[in-house]
Amino acid sequence: MLGIIGTVPDQSFPLTHGPVHWDGDHLQIDGRRIAINRGTPALIGAALKAAEQLDAPEIHAFLVGDIGKGEGSRSLYRFLENELDQWDFQVLTFHYLQPDVDWHNRVMFAIDRLPQRPLLIADAGFMYAAKMSGQAPAYDFFTPDAGELAFLADETAPHPFYTRGFILHEENKVPELIQRAYQHGNAARHLLVKGATDYIVAANQIAATVDHPGFEAMEAIGGTGDTLTGLLTVLCGAGHTPTEAAELAARANRCSGLLADPNPATQIAELIAHIPQALSTVLDEFAGRS
Amino acid sequence: MLGFLKRNRQAAPLSRKRQKHHTAQADRGILVFENTSEVIQAETVLKKAGWSVRVMGPPAEIQSGCDLVIEFPLIEELNIVRELHIAEVPPLNIVPVTAPLLMPVDLFHTKDYGAYLMVRAANMKITIAKETLTIVNISGGGCPDVPYLAQQMVGKTLAEAPRPRDLGHTLCGYALELAYEELQRQC
Repeated sequence: MLGIIGTVPDQSFPLTHGPVHWDGDHLQIDGRRIAINRGTPALIGAALKAAEQLDAPEIHAFLVGDIGKGEGSRSLYRFLENELDQWDFQVLTFHYLQPDVDWHNRVMFAIDRLPQRPLLIADAGFMYAAKMSGQAPAYDFFTPDAGELAFLADETAPHPFYTRGFILHEENKVPELIQRAYQHGNAARHLLVKGATDYIVAANQIAATVDHPGFEAMEAIGGTGDTLTGLLTVLCGAGHTPTEAAELAARANRCSGLLADPNPATQIAELIAHIPQALSTVLDEFAGRS
Repeated sequence: MLGFLKRNRQAAPLSRKRQKHHTAQADRGILVFENTSEVIQAETVLKKAGWSVRVMGPPAEIQSGCDLVIEFPLIEELNIVRELHIAEVPPLNIVPVTAPLLMPVDLFHTKDYGAYLMVRAANMKITIAKETLTIVNISGGGCPDVPYLAQQMVGKTLAEAPRPRDLGHTLCGYALELAYEELQRQC
């Protein structure tokens, strides 16, 4: 089972969990419909589309409404602390959650109690909390963009908002920032750094880079990082090695952009629709290469 | 960020300005609030009233993950706290500054796509169509108000859209406000 944990931008959305399916162009979970415009629903939409192409385990989502006040996130953290051991996960992906170190640590204790440790992916707010907790090396993947990598590289910053200027100025020097993040113990075992060039890092070594096809507009489109993390989740769950999964995810995400022919006003749902074809193309190339 | 603060300072009444200058070297304290939304509200109240305050990062011992505090001249504690009580945003705690506070990001990146313009502040990006000033995308960030803010703002013009400082609750929301202000300044 693949577990995806995050929030939806609707304060009235109750804590809900279960298998996720398509209902037209919306997601459906436990009888509730969710638009895939952005955030964790976009991640799940990408994961479901990827799962159509792969022999991947079922996707089980844990969602709650939160518009930034943190109450929803805290109720979800509490639920995970008490209930996580009911399921057997191969991959657990944490996404848009209010960063809170105390609650992060309680969830990590719950993960430690699982009979089998899943592959752990942290993105967005939960990645911020994971870094700040000092437990980054316990994760298998962080998926920062270049700005978030600078935050990981700044050992004093508790949030990207406080990344020091001299490190932000190094933003184009991704390999140096990667080194610095590992040097201070603020990187997961693997990194998938999103940007004009995507960097796949394993244990402080750059294992691969992906820069083709390239679209400047992708940076402006909200959700392209979310879809990448969704692809990574499913590819890890389908049995690819972490570096292989990251490279395939980066290529497929870019390929979905190629098929959508995006501009800065393109919405993420347009790219998600192309994921099956994009992934199929990338997997064919991969099969031909191996 | 510094420009943002400067603009607010310029709006302050003269008498308060003198007072601020006088207290610039005085001891500073921090106002701690329940959450970032209250910090944003309190900052608005205090700046409207002309006080010399700055939004900063808290010292390590009180960081919980998504925090802002307000730095203020300690000598004005009674007046400032009274003002906040009247506005119904009283601080949870008041602490003297004993170590350097974290400075918010003050770098903006602008990318010109021809028909579109994107501004980034910290980890938040906002993109508009130049011709109509319609917000076409919001990206970046990791706090749960980011998808909510995007939902409320995308598709509206800069003039019509709600401001991130009115709807946001987190540091990402605050960073988006800074990007929004920079975009307004450039347009």
